[in-house]
Amino acid sequence: MADFDAIVIGAGCAGNVAAYTLASAGKAVLVVERGNYAGAKNMTGGRIYTHSLAKVFPDYQDAPLQRKITHERISLMSPDSNFTVDYSARELEEAGNESYSVLRGPFDQWLAEKAENAGAEYIYGIAVEDLIIENGKVSGIIAFGDEITADVVILADGVNSLLTSKAGLSKKAPAINQVAVGAKETIELPAEVIESRFLCNPGEGSSWLFAGDCSNGIVGGAFIYANQDSVSVGIVATMSEVLKQDIPVYQMLENFKQRPEIAPLIRDGKTVEYSGHVVPEGGLHMMPEIVGDGVLVAGDAAMLCMNLGYTVRGMDLAVASGQIAGEAAIKALDAGDTSKAGLAQYKTMLDNSFVMRDMKLYESAPEFLETSPMMFRGVPEMLRDIMTPLFKNNGEPRQHVMQIAMPVVKKMGLFKLAKFAMKAVKSL
Amino acid sequence: MIEITVNVDEKLSLNKFNVDEENAHIKLKEGVKASDPEFLKLVKCCPAALYKVPEEGDEPIFDYAGCLECGTCRMICGETILEKWEYPQPTMGIEYRFG
Repeated sequence: MADFDAIVIGAGCAGNVAAYTLASAGKAVLVVERGNYAGAKNMTGGRIYTHSLAKVFPDYQDAPLQRKITHERISLMSPDSNFTVDYSARELEEAGNESYSVLRGPFDQWLAEKAENAGAEYIYGIAVEDLIIENGKVSGIIAFGDEITADVVILADGVNSLLTSKAGLSKKAPAINQVAVGAKETIELPAEVIESRFLCNPGEGSSWLFAGDCSNGIVGGAFIYANQDSVSVGIVATMSEVLKQDIPVYQMLENFKQRPEIAPLIRDGKTVEYSGHVVPEGGLHMMPEIVGDGVLVAGDAAMLCMNLGYTVRGMDLAVASGQIAGEAAIKALDAGDTSKAGLAQYKTMLDNSFVMRDMKLYESAPEFLETSPMMFRGVPEMLRDIMTPLFKNNGEPRQHVMQIAMPVVKKMGLFKLAKFAMKAVKSL
Repeated sequence: MIEITVNVDEKLSLNKFNVDEENAHIKLKEGVKASDPEFLKLVKCCPAALYKVPEEGDEPIFDYAGCLECGTCRMICGETILEKWEYPQPTMGIEYRFG
């Protein structure tokens, strides 16, 4: 007889939701979190699309979310120009479609409280050192020298999981062209200052993604999310790409903050935290095995994340995979079979959900970004060379748009551009 | 030469850390030099700027105390110049208040 029906490792989006799902069905669940509270080791850019959260918690609007995102901004940044699209649409604000800026410290604690209220037990401040594996089946954990057993173990220990490889489900570490490093500052500003600078109504906020010179022309980008009383400003860059150029990641963030387009947005703000994180950006092809004997993998540990350049998702996938892992574990426990075969329905259920449907749809997006350097160095400059003459009036002879644009486009290569555009619309 | 204008240590000082003075959770292998190309990868990629090249000499500068526990160095150099990469001991390390 095992100590618990299920042990969940990691109190993030996936782990807390898996624990909540299991505990709500009356299962004995233990969550082991290495931080001193849920969220202590977690960070996001970030924004969460709340559709999957709403399915688990109908009262999700009570969660400490920051601002409802009502402005989608995307910028292409050259060394000396910035081209921005600002999009807003009422439909994107409707229930089911909406998204919120979020800070993981408060949010993950809310999720953990939900699971605790449903009956899950939590141990904080202890990292799981190893898994107990008997006859090839994961049957528990070793934490701080103690052995604790369970019929099923759910690994929700994040992108830098040391346990998926111990369970034999993944390589020791992902390839460095599949992962990005991120750095972020949380900068405090009064709510009304944020609303006027980001053009938002009270309680509403904006997402802003930048590509181009902010990552020194390599695959990556910068972001600004408007929170309630702070803004999250950060940079993300694919590790293998950082090695191709000379600016350290932390200096990229500083350079971004100093840009004339960015500095006024954060002026007089007070940085209150500096955080770093790895983002799994390799998509479908970097996923580990998500089902093993006695074990399931969810959230970032399963590398469930997608970066399409104009939109980045991870937490909605984590929440959904946590819920589905919980449901699959319940079925397996009820059937008395938590072997690999007994747990296999997790994969089927995930395949049939939006999670794997979207992961598969955007299968080639990571490759597109990796093999399209012109998106980060080339296209932003081309836009500048077309846009600047449109706005420049200095008494010198003007030209029709066609005369301005054609030489610029020709310089880039019409065929090359067409190929790039074709690849973009097919993979994104 | 890239100009470094930012003081990352100052930014790290804003964070809440419980530093484990007794136990380094990340260790470089013996004999690694600051000019080692593998070490220079970490100088560029560690968001906390914990890997530094000294102004003089070739002894690498590394301090685990401001580690953000992201795993970047493990993914890049876990098989080359890192002796070990573990999460910090219980209750130790970074504690994000905002995240």
